[in-house]
Amino acid sequence: MIQFGPAHVIYILEAVRWTVVLSLVAFAGGAVLGLLLALARVSRSILLRAFSAAYIQTVQGTPLLILLFLAYFGLSLLGYRLAPLVAAGLALTLYVGAFLGEIWRGCIQAVPRTQWEASDCLGLNRFQQYAYIILPQAIRIATPPTVGFMVQVVKNTSLASVIGFVELTRAGQIVNNSTFQPLMVFILVAALYFAICYPLSVASRALERKLNVAR
Amino acid sequence: MAYKFNFSFLADRWPAFLEGAWLTVQLTVTSIALGFLVGTICAVLRVYGNGLTRRIVGAYVEIIRNTPLLVQMFIVYFGIASLGVKLSAEVSAVIALVINAGAYTTEIMRAGIESISKTQLEAADCLGLSRFDTIVHVVLLPAMERVYPALSSQFVLLMLASSVTSQISAEELTAVANVIQSDTYRSFEVYLIVAALYISLSFVYRFLFTLTGMILFVRRRKLGTAL
Repeated sequence: MIQFGPAHVIYILEAVRWTVVLSLVAFAGGAVLGLLLALARVSRSILLRAFSAAYIQTVQGTPLLILLFLAYFGLSLLGYRLAPLVAAGLALTLYVGAFLGEIWRGCIQAVPRTQWEASDCLGLNRFQQYAYIILPQAIRIATPPTVGFMVQVVKNTSLASVIGFVELTRAGQIVNNSTFQPLMVFILVAALYFAICYPLSVASRALERKLNVAR
Repeated sequence: MAYKFNFSFLADRWPAFLEGAWLTVQLTVTSIALGFLVGTICAVLRVYGNGLTRRIVGAYVEIIRNTPLLVQMFIVYFGIASLGVKLSAEVSAVIALVINAGAYTTEIMRAGIESISKTQLEAADCLGLSRFDTIVHVVLLPAMERVYPALSSQFVLLMLASSVTSQISAEELTAVANVIQSDTYRSFEVYLIVAALYISLSFVYRFLFTLTGMILFVRRRKLGTAL
């Protein structure tokens, strides 16, 4: 039996960067999709509202694991053979977009109505209202929950291990398969996730105190 | 590219899907009930306990909320087995889900408990209620009413997250899907069906939570109104 040694620790540590890369990809993609969804959710067009609401309901009602399987195994049957990173990035983007869309919709709607009315009186058009009045205020409200949600994103990248993407959790499984020391290996893996996520949780709470404009 | 959808495997496989969904329901209902119990007790300890219990509960909540469920599952299933105690996949799954749900419930219930105004406690004191009665009737029930929407959506998320238990070979819905897709090579269709089943389940859960809420909280106060 191979002993759990420094080489294994280094192997696991190196896998952290793939967790970080995947988190950033998912967050960047999800932010773009989420912004579009949030704007569609508060749009004047009933079609856009209905479509975005249906999308969010569907994705939020589906486990991320199933989205990953659809993106990886499903799309490959349709003839698109995606690399695990691409498939995981795609599934996470769809997932994160749905949640951020709903969070940000709440933040846009939390901007007082009077701000809309005042900017109407000033003769701003719809684009100017969003760009100069509403979104800057909504961003302040949105920052703490968004940082908090990043914790979920980082944790959810662990599911990418299931489709063979070698990030932190998969690296842990590989090391465990050769050393049979699950307790040590997975506690190390958990500690590394904690090291990434805990600062984000603390930051989210601190931002909430600092940017608490509503009350 | 022409892909022909073929759902013909459903003809003889549909009972397996239902069995998987049923196990998902059993796993999650057990975990939600126990997790709620654990979380509520921890929330009370967090708010009313002494310095030590507060710190322990705080650490429990932070550790669980900042690590992935999948890794927690592996620690429970493989880790405990390596110590010589052999648990079945289903029992390990429930343990991991309860630990996870307990931490989230603690945080949500804590917010609810802290929202109960001090005057309610003083009034309970004046009526001569014991500490236990005060906490159950004056604090916990109204607190739960306040955070009920957050609680129920957390539990629906837990139901969806239970799909992860397929990774430690609990035979629930996702695991059934994995088996069927490797038999039939119809992964796209299989996962679409399973996605539809999960969406239906989450609607059913939401409906049941709303119903339970209406029975439990007869006064139907609007959120944010004073108690």
